[in-house]
Amino acid sequence: MTKVTNIVVAGLGGQGVLRGTDILAEVALGAGYDVKKSEIKGMSQRGGSVTGDVRFGDRVFSPMVPAGEADFLLVLEPTQVEPHRYMLRPEGVLITPDAVPADQLPSKKTLNVALLGALSAHLPMAEEQWLAALRAGFAETFFEGNRKAFLIGKGGQKSKVSSLKSKVPAGGEAA
Amino acid sequence: MNEPKRLLLSGDEAIALAARHAGVALGAGYPGTPSTEILEHFSELGGHAQWSPNEKVALEVTIGAAFGGARALCTMKHVGLNVASDPLFTAAYTGVSGALIVVSADDPGMASSQNEQDNRRYAVAAGVPMLEPSDSQEAYEFMFAAIELSERWKIPVLFRVTTRVCHSYTVVQPRAANGAPRPASFERDIRGRVMIPAYARPAHRRLRQKLAELQEWNETSPLNRIVEGGAELGVITSGISFMHVREAAPEARVLKLGFTHPLPLKKIAQFVKGVGRCEVIEEGDPYLVEAIRAAGIPVEGKADMYRFGELDVPRVRRILNNDLSPEPTKPPGKPPQLCDACQYRIVFEALRKQDCIVAGDIGCYTLGVLQPFEAIDSCVCMGASLGVGLGLRHVLPPNQARRVVSVIGDSTFVHSGISGLVEMVYNPPPNGHVLIILDNSTTAMTGHQEHPGTGRTLEHEPTGKVILEDLARSLGIRRVYVIEPHAGTGEFDRLLTDCLESNELAVIIARRPCILIAKQLKQYEDQRCECDAAKTAAPAPA
Repeated sequence: MTKVTNIVVAGLGGQGVLRGTDILAEVALGAGYDVKKSEIKGMSQRGGSVTGDVRFGDRVFSPMVPAGEADFLLVLEPTQVEPHRYMLRPEGVLITPDAVPADQLPSKKTLNVALLGALSAHLPMAEEQWLAALRAGFAETFFEGNRKAFLIGKGGQKSKVSSLKSKVPAGGEAA
Repeated sequence: MNEPKRLLLSGDEAIALAARHAGVALGAGYPGTPSTEILEHFSELGGHAQWSPNEKVALEVTIGAAFGGARALCTMKHVGLNVASDPLFTAAYTGVSGALIVVSADDPGMASSQNEQDNRRYAVAAGVPMLEPSDSQEAYEFMFAAIELSERWKIPVLFRVTTRVCHSYTVVQPRAANGAPRPASFERDIRGRVMIPAYARPAHRRLRQKLAELQEWNETSPLNRIVEGGAELGVITSGISFMHVREAAPEARVLKLGFTHPLPLKKIAQFVKGVGRCEVIEEGDPYLVEAIRAAGIPVEGKADMYRFGELDVPRVRRILNNDLSPEPTKPPGKPPQLCDACQYRIVFEALRKQDCIVAGDIGCYTLGVLQPFEAIDSCVCMGASLGVGLGLRHVLPPNQARRVVSVIGDSTFVHSGISGLVEMVYNPPPNGHVLIILDNSTTAMTGHQEHPGTGRTLEHEPTGKVILEDLARSLGIRRVYVIEPHAGTGEFDRLLTDCLESNELAVIIARRPCILIAKQLKQYEDQRCECDAAKTAAPAPA
């Protein structure tokens, strides 16, 4: 069974959980992987919990990350960490708002992008691909702020990366 | 060499794209998660899409289009098919001239629904062919197959999807070119289209003949396929469950069914014979298991505990291992609630304060059932608030009956509250009744779609408008009030008290635009005023 990288992003409606999974999926697709993304968004507009799953690899079957098999869990809202912890592998990486210095971020709204930056340090996709996806995914006026937030998030992960990077397979075959 | 485009699309987006590529002339439906985005995307892609007052009307409109030889698409969620079931059953008898695809987007696990009914049963009950894609690529491809089947056998086709197919994004490589449909044209076929008993009796026989032919065709259809694997374990599956099976049991030989009514029973029997043990993996009702066993083919089905909720990879592993131990309970997420500034809060506070018995309905306002209000006592189906409230009023002792109130939203009211209002006038309870219509000028919970009460089409263009207060007055109801709820004034409370004490029929329309789209609504209204002003300024035709 070929290795699939499993990422879960969680938070509350309005925090940009699903926009974050859009960017992540776009980057993985552009890198040539098979990608599946799933979300439950029926209640997201009313401030309810929102979770998005992104899975990528040579071939992905189920669109949902099985419980206990997430390689990465990004949580935008502190109260949503414990309810989602069960999704994470024992050796999986948890990325929370603590991973980024909030006062350095251009705005609170860039937290999702900053956490993607932190995630990117663990994944094989090139920085340029991420930045291209950020540029395409938001209005041009937001790009500079997003770029800054992304790099702040990425920079904070340097010490944690080396032992984990080998667990993620490098680039997929282009279609 | 040009590589085919790789798009990451949701199942809904893929269905819309296929409809556009296949030249579907008309899409109609009613918003309902997880189907809503199909028509929205179809419209964005340039297709002619319409919201109907309810799913029954939507299906009737698309039946009409298909009678006219066009390709038509009707979309709804699972409970919506209950509303549309009347035309569906008889359309199977009449058949169609063009193509009619009816999308039923089911919600196993009830991410946002009142029940988790399994609409595969409708294909059997109504006698229509049914396709079930398992990802977005199949959702795209199967639409073309559905149209071909519909046109060849002149029969509506049930296109059955579920939340995880509709709202999961998977890779789609669209077709390079697509044939253009025949132009629409009316062909008289009185005995085929007018279902009086004399014509309906032979129509039924024709239907059974069509289904027999479809079953034979299905035995060799490319919509079903076998994934090779070991002979010890065979799995029969369909829809999203196929994806979970491939991951949970990669070594199994799998019969993936894509055309799931009428079933290819000979193919299934042959598959079962070739494996040591055969398990059927399906979400919801044991539809496949029952049909296969009824044909005398021995297969294993899941334990009853797995008919509740959606399946996923861990659950499929459990089913294959016959694991009946209690399943881990997931920690509850944060539930949704009414927006902080929502005007409905004022209404629910008043209902709670006056200790009303509230027959509620389906929409954002259903959240009034949660704390701190707990101000809804029943919610059954679209429009039920009227009938249930009236039924309570008819039987309860006066001191309780006088506190019964029906609460409904503007879109739900147009959907199926109007006939309930007629009931109120026609069979009035002895102590009167109070209906509160919560009018926020949109179909909010499903994502702010338009409806006949907003006076704007699906594309937000001005069109004919149902004026709720005029409608109520036209039924002879004297107490019809329009009020904008404001916090702190007590105005709404006083009006509610007056109506409850009057012992008469009353309709209170609590009207204020939904705060989430107040800005957009103002833009639409300004555009409408400009349009009207331009009309009055233009000289009258000579």
